[in-house]
Amino acid sequence: MKTLSKSVLGIPYALFLAVFVVCPVIILLYYGFTNGQGQFSVTNFLMFFTDIKTVGTLLYSAAIAVVTTAVCLVIAYPVAYILARGGYRRKNVLVLLFVMPMWINFTLRITALKEVLTVIEGNLAFHPFVNTIIGMTYDFLPFMILPIYNTIDKIDESYVEAAADLGAKFPGIFRKVILPLSIPGIVSGVTMVFLPAMTNYVVLDMLYNSTYIMGSLVGSYFNMYDWNNGSVISVILLLLILFSNVLTGAIHRKEKEYD
Amino acid sequence: MVKGYFKLTAAVLIASLSMNMLTGCAGHEKKSDDRIVLRIANWEEYIDEGGWSEDEMIRLENGKKIIGKNSMIHDFEKWYASVYHKKVRVEYSSFGTNEDMYNQLTIGDVYDLICPSEYMIMKLMSEGKLLPYSDKFRDTSRKDNYYARGVSDYIKGRLDQLEFSGEPVGRYAAGYMWGTLGYLYNPRYVDKKDALDWGLLVNPKYKKRVTAKDSVRDCYFAAMGMKTQSKVSAPAFIDQKGYSTKLSAMINNTSEKTVKDVEDILAKVKDNVYSFETDSGKADIVSGKVVANLQWSGDAVYSMQQVAEDGIRLEYAVPKASTNLWFDGWCMLKNGIGGDKEKQKAAEAFVNFVSRPDNVVRNMYYVGYTSAIAGGGDTTVYDYVKYMYGADEQEKAVDYDLNYFFNKKRSKKNNTYYIKADPQAASGQLYAQYPTEDVLKRSVVMAYFGDKANEDISRMWVDMRCFSIF
Repeated sequence: MKTLSKSVLGIPYALFLAVFVVCPVIILLYYGFTNGQGQFSVTNFLMFFTDIKTVGTLLYSAAIAVVTTAVCLVIAYPVAYILARGGYRRKNVLVLLFVMPMWINFTLRITALKEVLTVIEGNLAFHPFVNTIIGMTYDFLPFMILPIYNTIDKIDESYVEAAADLGAKFPGIFRKVILPLSIPGIVSGVTMVFLPAMTNYVVLDMLYNSTYIMGSLVGSYFNMYDWNNGSVISVILLLLILFSNVLTGAIHRKEKEYD
Repeated sequence: MVKGYFKLTAAVLIASLSMNMLTGCAGHEKKSDDRIVLRIANWEEYIDEGGWSEDEMIRLENGKKIIGKNSMIHDFEKWYASVYHKKVRVEYSSFGTNEDMYNQLTIGDVYDLICPSEYMIMKLMSEGKLLPYSDKFRDTSRKDNYYARGVSDYIKGRLDQLEFSGEPVGRYAAGYMWGTLGYLYNPRYVDKKDALDWGLLVNPKYKKRVTAKDSVRDCYFAAMGMKTQSKVSAPAFIDQKGYSTKLSAMINNTSEKTVKDVEDILAKVKDNVYSFETDSGKADIVSGKVVANLQWSGDAVYSMQQVAEDGIRLEYAVPKASTNLWFDGWCMLKNGIGGDKEKQKAAEAFVNFVSRPDNVVRNMYYVGYTSAIAGGGDTTVYDYVKYMYGADEQEKAVDYDLNYFFNKKRSKKNNTYYIKADPQAASGQLYAQYPTEDVLKRSVVMAYFGDKANEDISRMWVDMRCFSIF
């Protein structure tokens, strides 16, 4: 009886998954691996990796994503560290201050940023790449701060004390205790920033970057009624997500082995 | 586990299918009901949605007072019931681009009446998806055939001239709005001379201070304009016989070599423009980030109106060599209407209703674009143009010739449609809304490229926008 009610409770979620996750992926795969006539074909898939332009787009998106992630990490880690271990009395309020921008719709924030950057730079169109990085960093920074803050905050103080008792100075404590223990936070922060940064073309558009990234490619293929190529790019993005999940899974497993 | 998911998926599919069948049945039941359901898809914000305040009432010279209290759709339903004694319910939806609309049709959305642009009309014609208008609709002797009686002869001529495999577009489409492609610019920073040249987009004087449209076809046209302008503005070319046809053929060229040339031009455009914008151009020219936009005439009218309130003056220029004349038109879809005569009658009545002169004025006032309707014997539309752009001070007024559009019987002594226009309007809003006849002489309708060329050109566009490693 108990197990039955459990599976009954699960039905809405299973339905949700089936309708909004499984079905779209099946449709995506269907269009990705067929040609215009509906026959099975891998040409679109191969074409993506042999066409110098699409490969260029992949590299450009990757460059934006890597730089954004790196900048986010460099800014977020010290912030998260100070927030978690700075001994502030009301650190929840401080964290809230950093997370609050997330409550505002990002197009609004980017619109505001656009005006600020225009005052600083004069004409935005001369530095599309830098502006894109600034915009994306602004947009995604909370996603990096929050998980890192959470993991650092949960580190048991006794580890740090033990390291100090054994004679470690701050750099040693940080390198040997805090940093390794905060890696799960870094990993989830990176996954939360990297992939959206590869596809969020709205930020690019709004900051006047005329070069396509992966997300814009999907849209433009659908605009020319080419659902097959549009789907292939979505499939490739899915594969990237899968790959990064496998990678982070591997890191987690290694961690467990340490323990 | 996996098996369970499959079962679930199957269950969901079956459930959704049966839902479809159920709603399908409901649809059939409705047919036997006396209420007709008309599914209309139009561009966003492209029809009067009502809600005007009392002081917005337009009082015309011919005594008509026009105000949009309710939405056009609501008024149509009421009008149809009172004239034809049948109830019609409009299911109205809107789309953002022709391509979105086409994709919706492909997924299986069904509409009865849609309002795409001329090239999309041609594409749909080529696929046999459109239903021609009935002879009754074209009968100018019937009083309530507002479209047939009121459409401007000039626009009708251009629509009928445009052919797809021997059939005139005018058989399948009733013109709604039309316009040109040109440059909206701020005269404080841009010389008019530069804005009259397609090359404005690559002009280093305005590096990173002009915007182009994020649209393949508009940029293709601008690039073709640049490519051909020195040749087609030579007097020998203009004065030759069949100038329009030759100009059109040159600009509608989609050969492989031409596409390659356009790609080179667009690469330069990409380096020189501020952005390829979808909607930000208007805001950016107002805030002064840019000094010129590649713009459709209707959007130019809207922008000029908006900034005029802030005391900024913008002007609209149509390049001297050529321009794109475009139309959006009402078309009936075969798979929506089917053989349902009642429905076709309602669809045609809707087109007539939005073509009724007072409704034309309401739509034009609301959306800023230019209607294809001149009014026939009715002076309402012409009076509206006078109302909007007539000069306050008669001494400063300039004669603005609109005979090509409004005059049904043109002859030297019968040319009466001259507006005493405000000189600022004559180079601004009026010029964008109703261009002068010389602009239309150099205008070209850009036909549907055909599936093959369309793919080549779209691919070229994507390539141009992609990051090149070399």
